[in-house]
Amino acid sequence: MGIAARLANIQGKKMSDPFAITDCALIAIATGEKAQNIREMHNRLMRTYDDGVIYYHFWGGLLRPHFVDREYQNHFAGWAYHDLHDRRLAEKLSIINPAHYSSIEDLRQELIEVFEERMDEDDSASRAEAEHPFFFMRSQIVVFDTHLRVATPEELTGLIPDLSLGSLFYHFIDSRRRSPSGGDDFSEWLKSWGDQYQNLLDEILTIDPYFNSLIELREVLAAIFNSYLKIED
Amino acid sequence: MAGILNHYGPIVGANVIDHLRQLAEPLQGMKVVHVNSTREGGGVAEILHRLIPLKQELGLDASWEIVSGDSQFYQCTKKMHNALQGNRDGISDELLRHYEAANGDNFERLKDQLQEADIVFIHDPQPAPLLKYCQTRRGKWIWRCHIDASRPYRPVWKYLQNFITEYDASIYSLPAFAQPMPHPLYIIPPSIDPLSDKNIALDPTEIQEVCTGYGLDPERPIISQVSRFDRFKDPVGVIRAYRMAKAFGPPLQLVLAGGTAADDPEGEEVLAEVKSEAQDDPDVHVLLLPPDAHRTINAIQRLSTIVLQKSIKEGFGLTVTEALWKGKPVIGGDAGGIRLQVVNHQTGFLVNTAEGAALRIRYLLKHRDRLKEIGETARNFVLENYLLTRHIREYLTLMVAVVGNSADRIEL
Repeated sequence: MGIAARLANIQGKKMSDPFAITDCALIAIATGEKAQNIREMHNRLMRTYDDGVIYYHFWGGLLRPHFVDREYQNHFAGWAYHDLHDRRLAEKLSIINPAHYSSIEDLRQELIEVFEERMDEDDSASRAEAEHPFFFMRSQIVVFDTHLRVATPEELTGLIPDLSLGSLFYHFIDSRRRSPSGGDDFSEWLKSWGDQYQNLLDEILTIDPYFNSLIELREVLAAIFNSYLKIED
Repeated sequence: MAGILNHYGPIVGANVIDHLRQLAEPLQGMKVVHVNSTREGGGVAEILHRLIPLKQELGLDASWEIVSGDSQFYQCTKKMHNALQGNRDGISDELLRHYEAANGDNFERLKDQLQEADIVFIHDPQPAPLLKYCQTRRGKWIWRCHIDASRPYRPVWKYLQNFITEYDASIYSLPAFAQPMPHPLYIIPPSIDPLSDKNIALDPTEIQEVCTGYGLDPERPIISQVSRFDRFKDPVGVIRAYRMAKAFGPPLQLVLAGGTAADDPEGEEVLAEVKSEAQDDPDVHVLLLPPDAHRTINAIQRLSTIVLQKSIKEGFGLTVTEALWKGKPVIGGDAGGIRLQVVNHQTGFLVNTAEGAALRIRYLLKHRDRLKEIGETARNFVLENYLLTRHIREYLTLMVAVVGNSADRIEL
C-alpha cells in the first residue's frame, strides 16, 4: 500500500492520540532472604511487604537472563517443581494469573493461601528440603522515553518486529501492573479507536504471555498485527 | 574504536544497540573507573577488555586500572579467593598486613583517578581495601564479586567484610553468591563477547590447522575442558570421566587446555598432577596455552564434540558460555553459575561425579540427533541471555540506579 493510499485509509478512520513508545531496563537485587522448604517459604511470604519482590518473581524475571521454563513460568511454581519436586504444589502455583489480582497484596495473599493449603494437606511435604533454596529478589526498573510516536495501528504494525525487548516488556507485561484493567498498553490504545480494530483487539487478548520468551512474544504479536493490518510494500 | 558497537547489530539486532545508546544518555561524560588485579588471564580481564571500549563508545569516560603486588600479595589474594570458595584455610596476620600495605601503595598511585571518579567498580578481593584509603571520594563505589562466595570460610570473609560493608553496593553473578550487606546486592551474570577472538566464527582451514597442529584426529570424537589448571575445576576428574567413558568403546580423545593466570601461584602444581594422571595416554592432550591463545581455544571448542566443565566450585563459568555459543552441549559440574547455563536435556547435563560425566558423554555420543538439537538450543540460549550487550545493559541500568535514587522505578 502506497503512502497516499495509507493516508486515505487513515483519513476514513477515527483518529486517536499517538502511541508513545517507551522502553525500560531492569536490574535484579538480591534481598538476602531465602527459603529452603515450604514452611520457610510461607514464613518469608508472611512478612514480605515489599511489592517489588512479588512483582519480580511473577513478571520481572522475564527481562532477566534465564532459561525459559515452558511449563512453570512464575518462579514459585518453578521452584516447587524443579527444586522441591512437589508436582502437586507446582501445578497449583502455576495456575495463578497475576493479572487477575487487583493488587500485589492480593496476589501475595493468594500465594500464602496455596502454601498453607499444601502444608495442611501433607505435613511431610512442608518439611521437605529443596534441592536448591529459593532466593527472594526484587528489581529496579529504569523507564525512558524513546521519543518514537506512532500515529496509527498500521504504523505500529511495521514497528513491532523492531521493538526492543525492554519496550515489549514495558507495554505488554509491565502494563498489566500499571493499567486499571490489568491489560496491555497496545490493547488499551486500540480500544481508544472505537470498534475499528475490535477483531485485532480480540486476537491480542488471546495471547498468554506466560508461556513465551519475550522474543517469541514479539514474533507472535507481530504476526497477529500483520495478519489484521498487513502493510504491503 | 568508533563504531564497534554497530558491529554487534547483525548478531543481536539493531534495536538492542539503540536501546543501549538511549539508556546511556543520562550517563554521558561520567567518569567510571574499573579496578582489578590482572590484565591477562581469567574471565574478569577478558570482560574488561571489551566492556571498557564499549562504555567509552557509549559516551562514558571509562578507564581500567590494575593493582599489583609482589609474590606475597598474590599468595594472600589466592588464599582469599580459595577461602571465599569455601577452602578452610586461614591467612596469617603478616600476609594480611602485607595485602593492606600493597593496597595502600596502589592507592597512592591511583589516587587522582579514584578520588575524581563518579563510579568506581572494584573487582574481586584483591583491590577491596582501596576504598579504606580513599577518604575524599566523590563518587559511588561498587564491589563486584566474580567468585562463588556462597559458603565462604568465615574468618576470611569476616576480615574482607570490614572493607566491603563500606561500599555503596555490591554485585554478584548469582543470588546464591550474595552475602548480606547493608547496601543493595545487585545480581549481574557476566557475558561473552561474540566478536572477540575467542568466540568469533573461524574459517574451517584455521580450525583444521589447530587440529593438525595438536595431533588431533578429526574423524574421532573429541571431548575437551578449557580452563585454568585449578583444583576447583577438577581436571583430574575429567581424565577419569574420559577413561570410564572410553572403556565402553567410543574412540575418544580428550583435550585439557588452559593456562595459568598471573595472579594464580598454584597453577603449575595442578598442571603437574594432571600430567601425572594422564599417564602418557596419546589420546589425552594436555595443552598449556599462553594467555593470548584465544583463537586456539576458539578452535578447540569448535573441534569438540562435547565440552566439559566439571568444576566443583565455579564463579560463573564463562568457558561454559563460550562452548554453548559454539553450539556444543556442555557436561558441567553442578556448581555456581554452571547451574544457570546448563539445563538438563536442554543445553547439556549437570553432573556431580566423574561417573556422571562419563554416563552423559556416552549418552550424547550414542544419540547424535539429541546432541545436535541440544547444541542448537544452547546457542540460542546464549544469544538471548549471555552476550556482552546484555551485560552492558545491566551495568548501565545499575549506574543509572545508583547515581539516581534507590526507588524501585526510575523514570528518566
